[in-house]
Order: sequence, then structure tokens, then C-alpha cells
Amino acid sequence: MTKESMQITKEQDVILFRNRVKEFATKIGMSILNQTKLITAASELVRNMLKYANGGTVLLEVISKERTTGIKLTFSDKGPGIADIKQAMQDGFSTGKSLGLGLPGAKRLVNEFDIKSELGKGTTVTIIRWKNGI
Amino acid sequence: MDRIPILKMGQFLLVTIQVDLYDRLALSLESDLINMVSHTEAKGVLIDISAVSIVDSFMGRILGNIASMTKIMDAETVVVGMQPAVAITLVELGLTLSGVHTALNVEKGMELLQKRIGDDQAGSNQTEEEEDDRND
Repeated sequence: MTKESMQITKEQDVILFRNRVKEFATKIGMSILNQTKLITAASELVRNMLKYANGGTVLLEVISKERTTGIKLTFSDKGPGIADIKQAMQDGFSTGKSLGLGLPGAKRLVNEFDIKSELGKGTTVTIIRWKNGI
Repeated sequence: MDRIPILKMGQFLLVTIQVDLYDRLALSLESDLINMVSHTEAKGVLIDISAVSIVDSFMGRILGNIASMTKIMDAETVVVGMQPAVAITLVELGLTLSGVHTALNVEKGMELLQKRIGDDQAGSNQTEEEEDDRND
């Protein structure tokens, strides 16, 4: 269990997905705090995927760098894409009447964050949380 | 469909969330609580989230909504039992839970509700307190 792909198509998948992320994080011995941050960030991103793109796919991976391990999650959807990523990354900006904390908040909760989006094609967000990373 | 049970205790409603909420369950809790406040004329709502391991911005918004709605129905909401890791994560996420009263645990939450309701009725209770003082 170092790599797994999950389809997210409905609201109930969010809980299943969060539980799976927790299993991965527990397996590599991630602290409760880092687990909570990772799962919260993952929850925000998976929710975005459902809301704006009617779902998508998440790739869960255990990765290693130097002497540490971590969890990498890749969220891919074939939704409408994000017109202005810079704007979407601002706190409080939302096109969906939410609090606008999803993307910028998720970024603050992980060690590495990457977002790529193309209008009409979809969006890919990649996050990494190292086991002992601050 | 699943429902989160709401218990009535005197003037208060108690909710203990024992499972990680999916969206529809959270939304039904929101409407059930408001209806219960209306039917029971409750003055306070206590929500225990000690078993909740994740509060994301959606869940945070639901808690905020419940607090605002109960407020305009003349009831106070207090959220208790937040796990330390959840509190740290919420702050980094940027969620302030504005308008939501919080307390460390159920006991302190009940005290807070009782105190707030006591303050509202301070005028009518004043004479009783004075009598108590004399008895001491």
C-alpha cells in the first residue's frame, strides 16, 4: 500500500477518502497534528473537486525524500478549470458563495502545494505533507 | 436517513457528534436544531465535538450558521470539546468561528450557558440572590 487511486463522484466518498488518507498517514507514523492538517487540506480540495468539477480522481502515494517519508496527494478533475489562479489563491475569494478558504487554507496546512489549471480542460492540485515536516 | 440525536435538558439542547459528518447529515442537523429551538423554546444549544477528528471550512461554516440562526431565535450556542489538533488546524486554515461561543468541555460549556442565561434574567433573579446572601 504505497500508491492508490480513488474515484470521487459523490458526497459520501469524502468520508471514505478521508479515512483512507488517515490510514496512509498512520502507516508512516505521522503525528496526529500533521495528520489532522493533511486530512483537513485534503477535505477542502476534494470538496472543491466535487463542487466545481462534479468529482475527479485522487492519487494517494507514500513518498520518500532524504531520510523522511510523507504523503503526496494528487487531485485531478476534468472540470471547467480556474480562470485566475492568483485570485483563487487569495483568502476570502470564492465564486461559489463559500468562505473562500479552501485553496489558500489547504496551502497553509501542507508542506508543498502545486496547482495547475487549464480552462475547459480541468485542474490538478498536488499536495505533500512530510511526516515530521513543520 | 441518518440523524444526529438532539437531547433536551431543561432549557438546553444537547448534541454530541460521534461521527465524522458528511455534508447532508450536517445540513440536516442544522435544520433539526433550529426547529427544536423553536418547538422547545430552548435558551441554549451545546454541541460536543470531542469525537470529531476533522473540522474543515464546510463544517466550520455549519457551526457558524447554527450559532447565527439560534442567536436570532434568542438562544445561545456553545461548541465544546474541540481536540487540540483540530484547533491548531482551524487557525492555520484561517477559520475564526466568529459568533460561536466555545468551552473546553461539556461541564464548562454548561456553566457558560447557565451564566449567559442568568445574565439575561439578572433583573428577576436579583432578589433571590440577595436572600441567599442573607441566609449565609
